[in-house]
Amino acid sequence: MTRTPLRPLARILSARARGENPDTIERENIRLRQEVQRDRDRTRAQGRLLILCAAFVVAFGMIGARMGVLAASVPQEPRAATSGTPINAGRADLTDRNGRLLATNLLTHSLYANPRLMVDPARAARELAAILPDQDAAALVKRFTDGRSFLWIKRKLSPEQMQAVHDIGDPGLLFGPREMRIYPNGRLAAHVLGGASFGAEGVHSAEVIGTAGVEKALDAVLRDPANEGRPVALSLDLTVQAAVQEVLETGMRMMNAKGAAAILMDVRTGEVIALVSLPDFDPNDRPQPLVEGDPGDSPLFNRAVQGVYELGSTFKILVAAQAVDLGLVNPESMVDANAPMVWGKFKIKEFEGKNYGPLLSVTDVIVKSSNVGSAHLGLMIGSLRQQAFLKSLGFMDPTPLELVEAPGARPLLPARWTDISTITISYGHGLSASPMHLAAAYAAIANGGVYVAPTLLRRDGPAEGIRVMSEETAAAAVSMLRQVVTRGTASLGEVEGYAVGGKTGTADKPRRGGGYYKDKVINTFASIFPATDPRYALLVTLDEPVETSGTVPRRTAGWTSVPVAAEIVRRTAPLLGLRPEIEPAPSDPVTLARN
Amino acid sequence: MRAILYAPSFVAVMGLGFWAYRENYATQESLRRIEALQDEIAGLRASLSVQRAEWAYLNRPDRLRELATLNFDRLGLLPLEPGQFGDADQVAYPLPPDLPISQPVDLSGALEEQIP
Repeated sequence: MTRTPLRPLARILSARARGENPDTIERENIRLRQEVQRDRDRTRAQGRLLILCAAFVVAFGMIGARMGVLAASVPQEPRAATSGTPINAGRADLTDRNGRLLATNLLTHSLYANPRLMVDPARAARELAAILPDQDAAALVKRFTDGRSFLWIKRKLSPEQMQAVHDIGDPGLLFGPREMRIYPNGRLAAHVLGGASFGAEGVHSAEVIGTAGVEKALDAVLRDPANEGRPVALSLDLTVQAAVQEVLETGMRMMNAKGAAAILMDVRTGEVIALVSLPDFDPNDRPQPLVEGDPGDSPLFNRAVQGVYELGSTFKILVAAQAVDLGLVNPESMVDANAPMVWGKFKIKEFEGKNYGPLLSVTDVIVKSSNVGSAHLGLMIGSLRQQAFLKSLGFMDPTPLELVEAPGARPLLPARWTDISTITISYGHGLSASPMHLAAAYAAIANGGVYVAPTLLRRDGPAEGIRVMSEETAAAAVSMLRQVVTRGTASLGEVEGYAVGGKTGTADKPRRGGGYYKDKVINTFASIFPATDPRYALLVTLDEPVETSGTVPRRTAGWTSVPVAAEIVRRTAPLLGLRPEIEPAPSDPVTLARN
Repeated sequence: MRAILYAPSFVAVMGLGFWAYRENYATQESLRRIEALQDEIAGLRASLSVQRAEWAYLNRPDRLRELATLNFDRLGLLPLEPGQFGDADQVAYPLPPDLPISQPVDLSGALEEQIP
């Protein structure tokens, strides 16, 4: 490049000759040179910007294109990855506490049709109707020929049916894989498991969603892919559950009851070991809910958790325990038990109009099941303290059990907690709660006065609880419960070696329109065993039982629920690993000595 | 001089090309095998879950109870009872084995030992 001088001699000389300032020429030249330089810089900068732009366009274009590809393409498992962590879209299994299967999935196929691909719709329809008994050939032909290009025929096919449909050989009949929930143990623990059905359905897969029980309550956990399909262990013990169900079913039949429920709980951890409600159903073939009549009569109804009943005299131990805990009485204190007791316009009577009074020790109030004695204890405690105590035992809220039905079973409390409410609730009337509530309260007594919320999930290790009464009070209450069996209303509940303690409850069934039935009762036996070192709480409820071996029909819990509960203890305690023990005799306070 | 440089480079390029070609096909073959294996694993997993379900179905308590009742004559199975718990010291020691009798003298000696 030729460089133009800033001060060209020829122009300088001519300018000088004209008398002009030659410096202007130099400045003009500098300006021109700078302009050229500026133009060159601008061009270069523009070029760089262009390249940068291009780079950004390419980079973002690639990202965008990749995102588009990822969004539009069918997901694929990585081909070269190891099979250590498969994508698990299935529903997790449910097992009992020892890992035995309660619910699992089975791969079956669904059948759908694309009539446009069909060769001979009439023949296909005829042969399908022969394979699938619930299909009608004429209706199928009509559906195949009305111009649609897709229709479902059957949700679940057995492998034999699938082969038979294959053998029809029509290209318009197509299969899609279906995960199906099965309950291998049939009716066992049906109310706990609930059931499952299909949610959103596609050709290639379908959602399996829980419809009731634990399946629905734990739906999110069971379907969470983050759990990688790990089975969820329930607290139930399959063997114990089967034994309880067998005994309860036999007992229900022998006592001519129309329904029954039993709950067996580990008092230390709050785990429910067995939960049976009869009549039951098969969760593999869940019946339809009743559309008329009392929903409580449906086999779907969980009497142990959903049913709220007045649980009768079983409440008396609660009032006695609270009175002892508050220091108002001790187990030997004498209380007024003179029947009938008159309170305002109400008259409180004993069973069959007896009178155990005029005075009865607190222990004997429980042993003889005195309504009047309990009423006086309740009045000593007062309504506010009684409410607070019952609240701490969970009687004011639904049970926190992992069942979808549990939150619906809210206890029925009196609208205004007057003195007469305090009196009636002291002996278990005027407050309706589910058997589960009562079992948890008895478990708290058996657990040394610490209330542990009941659960259906296996707990590894001890559970946190809330102290609701002192350890001494709990021990006194357990001793009273034991005496109910040794010399009280539950004498048929004695099981040698297992020191059963418990309290009977016979509650008249309320009529729909108000008042009570004369000959319809709900019998409850709430018990703990072994009383020497309580480990388990067992609750047995029979609905409308009547024991007819004697000359007159007997409807008290001592004759109906208690023998059933005793048989359950006899069968299940060995299964639970409890060794029969001879009760330690009370130590002799007087030391015999002689010279 | 150039030819001396070019010749090994050309051979190297040919060799690398051949190696890459073989690696490519070996990789594809491996991927195919992995896919086949994964299919097989998935199939085995599915049949395992079927077997597990079948095991649970065949071992359901109702069925076992029926089988125990049906085969009561042979097996004599009854529910576990509290009386069946025992202590280790209730178990008898095994009886000492009978003495081997080889000669009449031994026999009389053994008889004398047994008869006080």
